Amino acid sequence: MTKSEEYDDIPGTIVFDADRSRQGYHLNMFCISLREQKNRDAFKADADAYLDKFPMTAEQRQAVLDQEWNLMLELGGNIYYTSKLAAFHGINFQELAGIMTGMGSTDYRAMMLAGGRSIEGNRNKKEWEDK
Amino acid sequence: MAWISSGVGCSHVPALGVAVDQKITNDDYYGPIFKGFEYSKKWMEQEKPDVVFLVYNDHCTAFDASCIPTFALGCAAEYQPADEGWGPRPVPVVKGNQRLSSHIAQSLILDEFDMTIMNEMEVDHGLTVPLSMMYGTPDEWPCQVIPLAVNVVQYPAPTGNRCYNLGKAIRRAIDSYDEDLKVCIFGTGGMSHQLQHERAGLINPDFDTKFLNYIANDPVTGSQMKHVEYLREAGSEGIELVMWYVMRGALNDEVTEKHRFYHVPASNTAVGHIILENHAEGKA
Repeated sequence: MTKSEEYDDIPGTIVFDADRSRQGYHLNMFCISLREQKNRDAFKADADAYLDKFPMTAEQRQAVLDQEWNLMLELGGNIYYTSKLAAFHGINFQELAGIMTGMGSTDYRAMMLAGGRSIEGNRNKKEWEDK
Repeated sequence: MAWISSGVGCSHVPALGVAVDQKITNDDYYGPIFKGFEYSKKWMEQEKPDVVFLVYNDHCTAFDASCIPTFALGCAAEYQPADEGWGPRPVPVVKGNQRLSSHIAQSLILDEFDMTIMNEMEVDHGLTVPLSMMYGTPDEWPCQVIPLAVNVVQYPAPTGNRCYNLGKAIRRAIDSYDEDLKVCIFGTGGMSHQLQHERAGLINPDFDTKFLNYIANDPVTGSQMKHVEYLREAGSEGIELVMWYVMRGALNDEVTEKHRFYHVPASNTAVGHIILENHAEGKA
């Protein structure tokens, strides 16, 4: 990032802007390729060989292999793409949110049923630092 | 001449499509949501538009990271429901109206809204879920559909102001079409939700209520809202709501609010819905 944006102050949030899109291009193209069955089969058969087709950084590649979902977003991944990799691993959107928030599926689902995460205390990074 | 009779705002949460497809719309979880759309299905039967102009966003289905048009107008004869990784939704093929699409594309570009023209495009849940919510499960969709896909995945989405003005240009295009066609315009997406990172699960009913009030009663003020406010207050994916301003811009300044519904949650998302009618202006 060449400059700090106002939205960078929102806690626990990675805004997928043009800089991140550029950084995450090959990571995202890998993830979206898993929309097709033949590609899922190829990735399953030989993960290393399949990943070689996508010139992502070593850090991005390791995050994919380690299923580090937040790290993927920090390295330029976008949730609509990384969710395809999650689906490959049998993780649905709500389970993925349970992992990314560190709450686990049960607690996350309960929070959503109770009305979701409140905006109060979740507007800016200072509020999280003060916790 | 063609005319726009009404507008519909509607979330397009994928889980709602799953509920329809798996026939679990009456269970404890989904029942209250689908109850909120019972009025809407009856209203739609009476409204009977010939064409639905449907504003939605593609979720990396027709467009991956290699090509990101801000506004992409469907000009195809038909649109196949896409396989988003779990097989295509078992819903009817979406039929277009190529002559009207071409007219709108030409009119918009001459009106200085530079559309990407899609002569082939698959459509994902962003388009098919609102049709399911408003029409249920017919064998064929009882209307033609003109899709307008808006980029809201990569920041920045078009501004609310730009969307509102595009709606006005769509209105001019439809008003100048030479065939008698009744058009209903849908703005879809939202409401508040965040799908990613540690703040996932954010829901902001106060924001959503304020947004629905702006859409119904004060769209000019509402359309000036900055992106950072959507991102902060409605969540990183809540910025989809700018698409409702395309719908609103295509309606009269004064409209009649026929129906409003709001529910938390559907999966990770707040569900919002509104039906607005243009006042009859000497149009039978």
